Amino acid sequence: MKLAILGAGDVGRSVADLAGDYGHDVVALADSTTAAVDPDGIDVDGALERKVGGQSVGSNDPEAVFETEYDVLVEATPTTLGDAEPGFSHVERALEDDRHAVLANKGPVAERYEELRALEADSAGSVRFEATVGGAIPILSTIEDETPQAVTAVRGVLNGTANFILTRMAAEGLDYEHVLAEAQDLGVAEADPTFDVDGTDAALKFVILANVLADGGFALEDATVEGIQSIPGSALDLAAEDGRTIRLIGEATREGVRVGPRLVPENGPLAVTGTRNIVQIETRNAGSLHSSGRGAGGPETATAVLSDVGRLPPL
Amino acid sequence: MDACKREVTTVSDEPGDEDAETDGGVRAYTVRLELVDEPGELLRALEPIANNGGNLLSIHHERGNITPRGHIPVEVDLESPPDRFDDIVDALRDAGVNVIQAGAEHYGEEVSVVLVGDLVDTDLSDTLSRIEDEADAVVRDLSLAAPDGTDAVTSARVRLAIDSGNADAALEAIRSLGSKKELTVVEPLLGGDAP
Ligand SMILES: NC(=O)c1ccc[n+]([C@@H]2O[C@H](COP(=O)([O-])OP(=O)(O)OC[C@H]3O[C@@H](n4cnc5c(N)ncnc54)[C@H](OP(=O)(O)O)[C@@H]3O)[C@@H](O)[C@H]2O)c1
Repeated sequence: MKLAILGAGDVGRSVADLAGDYGHDVVALADSTTAAVDPDGIDVDGALERKVGGQSVGSNDPEAVFETEYDVLVEATPTTLGDAEPGFSHVERALEDDRHAVLANKGPVAERYEELRALEADSAGSVRFEATVGGAIPILSTIEDETPQAVTAVRGVLNGTANFILTRMAAEGLDYEHVLAEAQDLGVAEADPTFDVDGTDAALKFVILANVLADGGFALEDATVEGIQSIPGSALDLAAEDGRTIRLIGEATREGVRVGPRLVPENGPLAVTGTRNIVQIETRNAGSLHSSGRGAGGPETATAVLSDVGRLPPL
Repeated sequence: MDACKREVTTVSDEPGDEDAETDGGVRAYTVRLELVDEPGELLRALEPIANNGGNLLSIHHERGNITPRGHIPVEVDLESPPDRFDDIVDALRDAGVNVIQAGAEHYGEEVSVVLVGDLVDTDLSDTLSRIEDEADAVVRDLSLAAPDGTDAVTSARVRLAIDSGNADAALEAIRSLGSKKELTVVEPLLGGDAP
C-alpha cells in the first residue's frame, strides 16, 4: 500500500520508519508546516533525519499530500477534543477521495464517531483505528474477531502515566506531587500531565471502545471521569493492608463509560505495574480475555497502525 | 456430625484447581442447611460444594440449637464463581440435603471502599451511619490513616457487609454520599475481577 502520513511526531516518524518492513511505501510525510512528497516513495531516512535535526521535513506544502496518489492516509496529528480538528477534516478528505484512513489520533473516533462512520459508508475506503486504544496491544482487532455484539464490557488500565504514578506511590509510600515530579524527570509524564492524571486520556480510549461496542453514541462528555490527583499515599497503604491496590480503571459497556481510581486485588490481573497497560475483554461466550503490553511509544503505536494497514482491502 | 464439635469449625481449602472456572472472579455466599443428626451427615452435605467449584470458608454448626422438626441448622460460608453458585445449590438438593436459604441470605457479600478527604471535619461517625442507612449495609470494620494529623486529608478503609447482589446499589449510594460530603470514594471494581 502507498501511505501518506500526516504528523511527524513520535508516531508518524515510527510509521514511516517501519513501513518498509511491512511491505508498504511512504509517498508523503507531513508535519504542521511542510511535507515530503514523492509518488515513487519518499527518501524516508533523509526526511526523518531532517525532522529530528530540527529542519523542515520536506520542501512541499502539507496540502500537496492530498494531491498525490496514495492508498492509505495515516492520521498522526495531535489529539484534540470537541471538533477534533484538524484530524477530522484530514480523514474526511481521504474518505471523500475514496481512500482508506488509519488513525492514531483519538479525537475524531472519540468525539465524532457517527460522522466518521457515515463518511466511511459513502466511501470506497475504510477507517481503522487500533492505535488509538492501548498502543501496541491488539484490542480493537480482538473485539472485531469476537464480534462487538459478543463483547459485554471492556475494563482496564489504558494510561501508563497514571499507572506509573500509582505504582510508585504504593511501592515507595510517597505522595502524588512527589512521584509526579519524578515521573516528569524520567520523561514518563509530560510537562503538562493534566490529561493523563485527570483521566481524560483514558476516558477518550474507553469512549472509543464504547462506540465500537454500541456502534456509536458516545463522546467524551458522556463519560463519568475522575482522576488520581486526590489520592494520597495513605489511601494506597490502607488498600495494601487489605491485599488490594488502587488503579485508574476504565470501564466501557453499551450503557456507558466510567473512568476513576478503583480498588483491585493487588495480585489480580488488572494491577499491572509501571507504565504497562491492560484490558480485560468480557465476552458472552468465551469468558474474559486479558491483553497487556505497552500502551504507548512511537514504534509500539506504529505497529498497531501498520497492522491496521495490513487488514485493509485493496482499493 | 460426630466429627464436628460445636460452634464454629473453619475448613480451609485451596481455591481453584480449575483456573478457567474462577476467571470471572469469586463471590462469597452463605447457605443455610438443615441436617438430620446422624454420623457422616455433615461430610455428605459438604461434598457437593467442593465438587462444583465452591470453596468452603467456614461452617457454623450449633448442635444445641435444634429446629422444631428436630434438625440441626448449619450455616456454611463459601465462595464460588457467581455462575457456579446455582449448580452448587442444585447439587446439594440433588444429594438430598435440605437447603433452607441460599444466596439471597442477608449480608451475604462484603465490599471494601476507601474514603479520602477531610474525614474528621465532615463528621466520620455521621458518614458511617449514613452509609449504613443509605447503602443498607453494616460497617464491619474501619481502618483510618491520618499521616499528617486529623486536620489534614485522611483516608479510611471501610469494610461493609451488604445483601448479596446489592453491591451496585450500595456503591451508588456511597458515591452520592461522597459527592455530598466532598469525599473521594475509591470503589472496588466489581464484575470480571474479584471484588
Ligand atoms: N505517542 C504515543 O505513544 C501515542 C499512542 C497512541 C496514540 N497517539 C496519538 O497519535 C497522535 C500522534 O502522537 P505523537 O506522539 O506522534 O504526537 P506529537 O509527537 O505531538 O506529533 C504530532 C505531529 O503532528 C504534526 N501536526 C500538527 N498539526 C498538523 C497538521 N495540521 N498537519 C500535519 N501535521 C500536523 C506536528 O507537527 P510539528 O512537528 O510541526 O509540530 C507533529 O509532527 C496523537 O493524536 C496521539 O494522541 C500517540
